[in-house]
Amino acid sequence: MAVLSEEQEMLRNMARDWATKESPVSEFRKVRAAGQPQAYNADAYAAMAEMGWVGIIIPEAHGGSDFGFSSAGLVVEELGKTLTASPLVATTIAASAILLGGSDAQKAKWLPRLASGETVATLAIDEGAHCDPSAIETSVSGGKLTGKKAFVHEAHGASLFVVAAKDGLYLVEKGDGVSLTTRKLTDQRSHADIQFAGAAAEKLEGGGDSLLGDVLDRARVLSAAEMLGMAQAVFDTTLDYLKQRVQFNQVLATFQALQHRMADLFADLTQMRSAVEAGLQAVDSGFGVARAATIAKAEANRVLHAISNQGIQLHGGIGMTDEFNVGFYLKRARVLEASWGSSSYLKDRFARLSGY
Amino acid sequence: MPTQVESDVQTSEDAFRTEVRQFLATNFPDELKGTGNMMAGLDGPTDENPVQKKWREAVGGRGWGTPTWPKEYGGGGLTKGQARIIEHEFAKVGAYNPIGGMGVMMFGPTLLEYGDERQKLEHIPPICRGEIRWCQGYSEPNAGSDLANLQTFAVDKGDHYLINGQKTWTSGGQWADKCFAIVRTDRSDKHKGISFMLIDMDAPGVEVRPITMISGTSPFCETFFTDVKVPKENLVGKEGQGWTIGKRLLQHERTNISGGGRLAGMMGQSLGDIAKKYCETGGDGALVNKVLRDKIADLEIRWNSFLLTARRAVEESKAQGGVSEISSVLKKVGTKLAQDRSELLIEIRGFQGLGWEGDEFGDDELEDVRGWLFGKAATIYGGSTEVQNNIIAKRVLGMLDHQ
Repeated sequence: MAVLSEEQEMLRNMARDWATKESPVSEFRKVRAAGQPQAYNADAYAAMAEMGWVGIIIPEAHGGSDFGFSSAGLVVEELGKTLTASPLVATTIAASAILLGGSDAQKAKWLPRLASGETVATLAIDEGAHCDPSAIETSVSGGKLTGKKAFVHEAHGASLFVVAAKDGLYLVEKGDGVSLTTRKLTDQRSHADIQFAGAAAEKLEGGGDSLLGDVLDRARVLSAAEMLGMAQAVFDTTLDYLKQRVQFNQVLATFQALQHRMADLFADLTQMRSAVEAGLQAVDSGFGVARAATIAKAEANRVLHAISNQGIQLHGGIGMTDEFNVGFYLKRARVLEASWGSSSYLKDRFARLSGY
Repeated sequence: MPTQVESDVQTSEDAFRTEVRQFLATNFPDELKGTGNMMAGLDGPTDENPVQKKWREAVGGRGWGTPTWPKEYGGGGLTKGQARIIEHEFAKVGAYNPIGGMGVMMFGPTLLEYGDERQKLEHIPPICRGEIRWCQGYSEPNAGSDLANLQTFAVDKGDHYLINGQKTWTSGGQWADKCFAIVRTDRSDKHKGISFMLIDMDAPGVEVRPITMISGTSPFCETFFTDVKVPKENLVGKEGQGWTIGKRLLQHERTNISGGGRLAGMMGQSLGDIAKKYCETGGDGALVNKVLRDKIADLEIRWNSFLLTARRAVEESKAQGGVSEISSVLKKVGTKLAQDRSELLIEIRGFQGLGWEGDEFGDDELEDVRGWLFGKAATIYGGSTEVQNNIIAKRVLGMLDHQ
């Protein structure tokens, strides 16, 4: 755990307390059972906005607290631990796109609404099943955006989309020319393909050529923070289980084969935490962001993949049942691993950034 | 706006930075720029030339090689913030810290914690001045991972102990002046029968034999003690406290094996850059062999998060005081990654990366081969990976003892 400031510690404790009491995994079960396409509890999201969590990266002048990504990551990590379904990550990343590329007018119009929770926003970048920002066909002509976006996170709850077109990023409001096709993924959260047919679009003119890449890097580190919370939760739950379950008249935790496997996973988790925290810090400092974000998400992918699999294996048969939570983490884990760069994509990117 | 206290700290840090820069300008000779500290590693005797000696005396005289150690024992008596300034300013001009070795890394911190006043006054100042080489008398032929099984015995003879037995894997034993050792003073209790003692390596009855390793080098020794007299004042702590003191020292060792600059230095050059010299690249400068490229990227990403973990451990231990509980993780992960890197280097270079000797091989190629072989020891010494796993499982994760 990074060394935290007093404010950060308070924020983290507040998020931990809220997630544990108000949003345990049983709340996610309720969301799933309700079967609404937006797949989150609007009251819960309103409460999160009320506590200032959507505005953490947004400047005070626009209704936020300007605490930065490291602080946002602390909250997202705590929410990841309990699989809290909300558009917090999606909206925060969309806000970062507006912060980096938006005009003063765009910032003044949208950021306060995002911070207050009134407007939910999300990125619509990829056009196929993989992260591939180099393969964008969506185009804009005369302020009208046309193209197809695939597997957009939190699409149902969002009323504002940050859309990648060939020549840059655009803001598109839900409305005429925007139609959704629900795509149900293993995590039971909101995903949709979106058809934009001449939808009114307003360009984010700032941020330079690297805007899309910069926004994706922010998406990577914040997703990695959610994954860190998930990995920590699966690890802790599994460790507790091993300390209780008795077989061969012995508590499982006393078997050295299992002790050493947990030691390996603990080492992996330690590495993941370092990489994720450094990625968040890099965004705040603005130094070496591309590299740090790539490392953060690559390590998050590697470690959550391993821990989510071992979580099932070490729980044994009950880990396979819907009654136990560990399977939910596995099903959310793979969706996040595929988001904003799979392991192979990120390794390729790391090699390119390193010049080989 | 900074508070008054913050701005006072800022001012005094700026003043100290200026002092360090002036010291370097006056004392650090250009010809030593970028060279290393001979006492920092396990290798080699201390053959100092006069220029090196002068630099060591300059740094040691001010206690700046051990900046946070108390001034009354020859340390710098400085704050951690000032120590970072020294580190930073030295690095900027390519100056090494001439004060190092096991005395600094392991023994000194332990003696400062457990030694009595007289012992600290006798032993710490020469460490701060880099005058004395210490070696570690821990492992024995039948006490490796099961270290507490050690049998070297010290008999109480009134004003002194008489020691008989054998230690092994004594790093740098052939060049050491003194040895900190754990020995048995009571056979009736495995752990409480161990005591921590300081032994002169030139005392009658001490014999050292270097061991030739698979890498062809001899950094370790067997050390034999035959009726060696050790004065009572060389007992650290109380009789029977040796296991507690000895384990504390191992925490410092683990942190240093993995967390310090040494592994970072070993990993200096990017594997990708090396691979581009030995393997085909395409028009875009990327390696043509995509499978190899993937392996390199995978290793370097994990290596980066290891360095970040090492940095985090330092920050956490500074914030909390004491050694971070993730020292076992650092040791386990760092040594494994270093081995993986050596193996990958061989794959990158092919047969050219397996040279034993000969002018057809570059110095770097030959060194890396010896490093690959010697590196196999890293997951064995300082508590093997399996022992680290036990420590993590039991102490950190609270999993119960399997025995």
